[in-house]
Amino acid sequence: MPIISRGFRGRRQDGPPDRVPPGQYLTDDFPVLSAGPTPHTPLEEWTFTIEGGSEPVRWTWEEFRSLPSEEATVDIHCVTKWSKLDTAWEGVSVDTLLDAVEHDKDYALAFCDGGYTTNLPLEDLTGGRAWVAYAYDGEPLEPEHGGPARLLVPHLYFWKSAKWVRGLQLLDEDEPGFWEQNGYHIRGDPWLEQRYWGD
Amino acid sequence: MRTLGLEVDGWDSHRAGQHLDVRLTAEDGYQAQRSYSIASAPADPLEITVERLDDGEVSPYLVDDVGDGDAFEVRGPIGGYFVWDGDEPEPVLLVAGGSGVVPLMAMARHRARVGATAPMRLLYSSRTWDDVIYRDELESLGIEVVHTLTRGQPPGWTGYTRRIDDDLLREVAFPASDGPRVYVCGSTRFVDAAADGLVRLGYYPRSIRTERFGATG
Repeated sequence: MPIISRGFRGRRQDGPPDRVPPGQYLTDDFPVLSAGPTPHTPLEEWTFTIEGGSEPVRWTWEEFRSLPSEEATVDIHCVTKWSKLDTAWEGVSVDTLLDAVEHDKDYALAFCDGGYTTNLPLEDLTGGRAWVAYAYDGEPLEPEHGGPARLLVPHLYFWKSAKWVRGLQLLDEDEPGFWEQNGYHIRGDPWLEQRYWGD
Repeated sequence: MRTLGLEVDGWDSHRAGQHLDVRLTAEDGYQAQRSYSIASAPADPLEITVERLDDGEVSPYLVDDVGDGDAFEVRGPIGGYFVWDGDEPEPVLLVAGGSGVVPLMAMARHRARVGATAPMRLLYSSRTWDDVIYRDELESLGIEVVHTLTRGQPPGWTGYTRRIDDDLLREVAFPASDGPRVYVCGSTRFVDAAADGLVRLGYYPRSIRTERFGATG
């Protein structure tokens, strides 16, 4: 039985209940959250690497951008409680990237410029549900939003959609990443409200 | 702005810099929740300082409506990165924009409370002198405080009057060679200006911990 806050009504601008997970509110802004300074890696130095397979597979920016890409219009949900509907991205499906790698792993740790990491089961990264995105709203992804490229895994809380992503380390076991070591849930399903340790 | 003292059953002490979640429930069961930085030192009674956002959903209730003895749900403490425990010797640079001072205040209070010896300096950007939160207490904590007032200054003001830029950071920040730890909290634009500027001054990016408040009403 929750405590009733006398006189509290709330704003209730919330959208379709089947699209806004519990405890979230809608925003039209695109708030920025990150743990440190924004990295600025020149495209000519940028690579994306998948490690942990039979051998490492690496793409330069040019090679990455010549891979087949997709448009994805998705709802995103941040653990700080905002959700944003119908965000429009372009990117390369993680399925496409993993097709180039021979491996028998079940988990991945995404690694990024600036030292950020986040962990995901490969099940959450495959099946057309995850991308390495390089454009937002028809424009190149801005550095503050993770450009030149970020992971996009919209069915999990947005910290899993790691900014400035530079690769995936494929693993046999799930290993907690940056926020997952700092109090946040190991998987982060917004529909199960898996925000923090213990959820 | 309003500071609320909270009594929470079973509350374990927090670490300076952490936040908590407040969840309000309306009579018909509608709920809204937001995160707020903890302002108090770990050893002191729990307090949060809440800025009233005009278009906010939870903060107007916490600032205008909630009264002594009222109850609401609290969850926390949360966060294990934007924290300072006081036992590290390196100098600490705190950079605050507006109400971003709140979690940094917990660090400054913690330093005073436990008698930590790490040098601590706060660079604090406010619109006017009246907007400075914890103004008097800041002078009594034994840390260096440098204000910049970006929209209006009291008569005779001799301090900084501009937004944080690289020159201002160069004058105020510890030299990068001292290996300082940095905590920056404020709006996204403020945090980017401060963090990028410190990197240009030679600060190691991973020594700079940032917390940005965006849409959190």
